[in-house]
Amino acid sequence: MESVGSIVMYGIIVAAIIIFSILAVTTRRILRSATYLLFTLFATAGLYFKLDYEFLGAVQIAVYAGGIVVLVVFAILLTTKPGDASAQLTSRRRLFGGIAALATLAAVGYAVLSRPGFWCTVCKPFDMQLTMNNLGEVLLGTEKFGYLLPFEAVSVLLLACIIGGVVIARKR
Amino acid sequence: MFCCGVYGFITRKNLIAILISLELMLNAVDINFVVFNRFLYPGQMEGMMFTLFAIAIAAAETGLAIAIIVNLFRWARNIDIRDLNKMKL
Repeated sequence: MESVGSIVMYGIIVAAIIIFSILAVTTRRILRSATYLLFTLFATAGLYFKLDYEFLGAVQIAVYAGGIVVLVVFAILLTTKPGDASAQLTSRRRLFGGIAALATLAAVGYAVLSRPGFWCTVCKPFDMQLTMNNLGEVLLGTEKFGYLLPFEAVSVLLLACIIGGVVIARKR
Repeated sequence: MFCCGVYGFITRKNLIAILISLELMLNAVDINFVVFNRFLYPGQMEGMMFTLFAIAIAAAETGLAIAIIVNLFRWARNIDIRDLNKMKL
C-alpha cells in the first residue's frame, strides 16, 4: 500500500487537472483558456512522473506544453484582437453542452464502476524495468510485442501533415 | 476532464476554443490509457505505447488544424463558427 503522502500528492494533481480543465472551457478570454490548458498539461505530466513513466512525462512536456501550446498561442495572437472576450453564451447552448457532458460522465462512470473487481485490484509492485533501452527495443521491434509498423505509420502521417500544412498555409 | 472537453466542444463558438477542448479530450484519453496500464496491467507497455502514438497524432492534428484556421482567418477575417458556413473560397 502506498503512503499517505503519495495519495495526497495524487489528490493534489487530480484536483489541479480537474480545476484547470474546467477553467479552460469556462473562461471567456481565449488566451486565458490557452494558459489553463498549459497548466492542465503540466499537471498531466506530473501525474505521469508520479506513475513512474518518466519518458512519457518528458514527451508530454516537450510535445504538448512545448509545441502545441505555443502553436495555439501563436494562432490566438494571429487571429484575435487582444482584449476582446468572446460573446456571452446563450443559455440554450450552455444547457445542451452541460447535458452532453453529464451524459458522458454517467456513461463512462457506469462502465467503469460496473466492471467486476475494479476496486479490489491489488496494486502489484512495478516489477518491469522501464529503461530507455527497453522502450526503444519495444518501439522498433518486429516480433510479437513490437511496434515497428505503427511507428512507421506515424512517421508517414507526420510527413503528410507537414506537407499538408505547407500547402494549406501557403500564400496563393 | 473529458466531460469538460465535451462541454467546451459544444458550447464554444471560436474555432481555437474548440481546438483547446479537443486537446483536453485527447489528454483525458491519454491519462486513462496510462492509469489503466499502470494499475490494472503492470508489467505491460501497451497503454504507454498507445499514449505515445496518441501524442504524436495529436501534435500532427493540431498543427494541421491551426494551419487551416490561420488560412481561414486570412480569408474571412473571422473565426467565429456562426459566420463560417462554407470553407470554399
